[in-house]
Amino acid sequence: MQDEPTPAEILETVAQFLRETVMPEMQGRNAFLARVTANAVDVVRRQIELSPAADAAELARLRALLDSDGTLETLNAQLCERIETGAITLTTQGLKDHLWETTLAKLAVDQPNYAAYKRVHDQTPQKT
Amino acid sequence: MSLSEHAFEDGLAAVIRRAVAGADGIANLRRLSGGASQETWAFEAVGPKLSQRLILRRAPGGDRQHEAAAGLETEARLMDLAGKAGIPEPPVIYVLRPEDGIGRGFIVGFVDGETLGRKIVRDAAFADARKGLAFRCGEVLAAIHAIPLDQVPPLRHADAATRLDELHKRYRLSERPRPVFALAFEWLRQRLPKEPPAPRLVHGDFRNGNLIIGPDGLRAVLDWEIAHIGDPIEDLGWLCVGPWRFGGIDNPVGGFGTVDQLLAGYEAGGGGRIDPEQVRFWEVLGSLSWGVSCAAMIQAIRSGVDRTAERAMIARRASENEIDLLNLIAPRS
Repeated sequence: MQDEPTPAEILETVAQFLRETVMPEMQGRNAFLARVTANAVDVVRRQIELSPAADAAELARLRALLDSDGTLETLNAQLCERIETGAITLTTQGLKDHLWETTLAKLAVDQPNYAAYKRVHDQTPQKT
Repeated sequence: MSLSEHAFEDGLAAVIRRAVAGADGIANLRRLSGGASQETWAFEAVGPKLSQRLILRRAPGGDRQHEAAAGLETEARLMDLAGKAGIPEPPVIYVLRPEDGIGRGFIVGFVDGETLGRKIVRDAAFADARKGLAFRCGEVLAAIHAIPLDQVPPLRHADAATRLDELHKRYRLSERPRPVFALAFEWLRQRLPKEPPAPRLVHGDFRNGNLIIGPDGLRAVLDWEIAHIGDPIEDLGWLCVGPWRFGGIDNPVGGFGTVDQLLAGYEAGGGGRIDPEQVRFWEVLGSLSWGVSCAAMIQAIRSGVDRTAERAMIARRASENEIDLLNLIAPRS
């Protein structure tokens, strides 16, 4: 067992340093890149926090949808193949919900401020 | 400033002394932020009785270029051609030559105004400009599509079927499976136009962010980098793609207008009456295309071509297109 602070907590300090100390001292393109770099650190932090649960849920949905077992990688490849051969379509029970759940979980990590994501997120009752 | 930056500044000053009457040098050279695929530099041509604001567009590091790019020299010719056809364009001042020794690119006049999509969509200063902007974009696109092809420099041809095919090849380059993209490819294949329309000059990147907007409206159309010959409706659909709405998601046209306004402008500009379903087809293709491009950034990162956080964060914007695609082809009930 590793010591604390957790990876997410350490990354929070990195992002804070970039935003509060580095950015104000930079100009032009480097100020822009410092902000982008802080955003990148935030993505990693959110992935560390959110992906274990999201990945487990995605795996469970894929197993049910495909009636098959494997890793996230192999099951997603199978799903793509079945979509591209027409074996699974939007009328297939569970496909649409699965794609929405999976996509929302990605955006929660990548782009939680994207307006199309925020709208759905704000309209969905939160599971706690 | 490094030695190569000094050489660049000296080379640019030499170009300006030759290209701009009354100029004996340059001042205030600075690189503008943004622009991962091309560099943009602002500076002034100065002389005893002169101070003229100019912009240099240059291939990154002098000579790297996107694979689908028409080429900076062609881009300059298209801007010049469009300007003469009445489309708002900055005046093209000079196209760089190999003997200038500062890479590939061109110099245009500075056009005052805003290009930041978020400000154009939100700021009060542009409230009046926003009202007529979607209509005006339709008119201007009709004028671009009316440019006779025999005047246009050689460009690649790509209709919907070709675009979809190229896109699928690029998608397959990455080994990561993406079910939403797979579904979008299927959706598009089933809806490919049975008879492709007469080929036209397509701007290819006509969107909020590549337009200079003033409080009075559209002042210049920029970034002809990926212009090609193809289906003109591509430009109408691309203008609606989600990320170019900059948060104004209820205004599909660039975050500032409606599809009805855009199509009314297109018809008024002589482009004919367009079925909104055709625009949606191209919006889906555009969203998929931007999604595949974002995802493909991983190759630039892993090969070491570009290891900036900027590039990494663009790669992580692929998912924006996945939610946009789902809203277009599989909306939540």
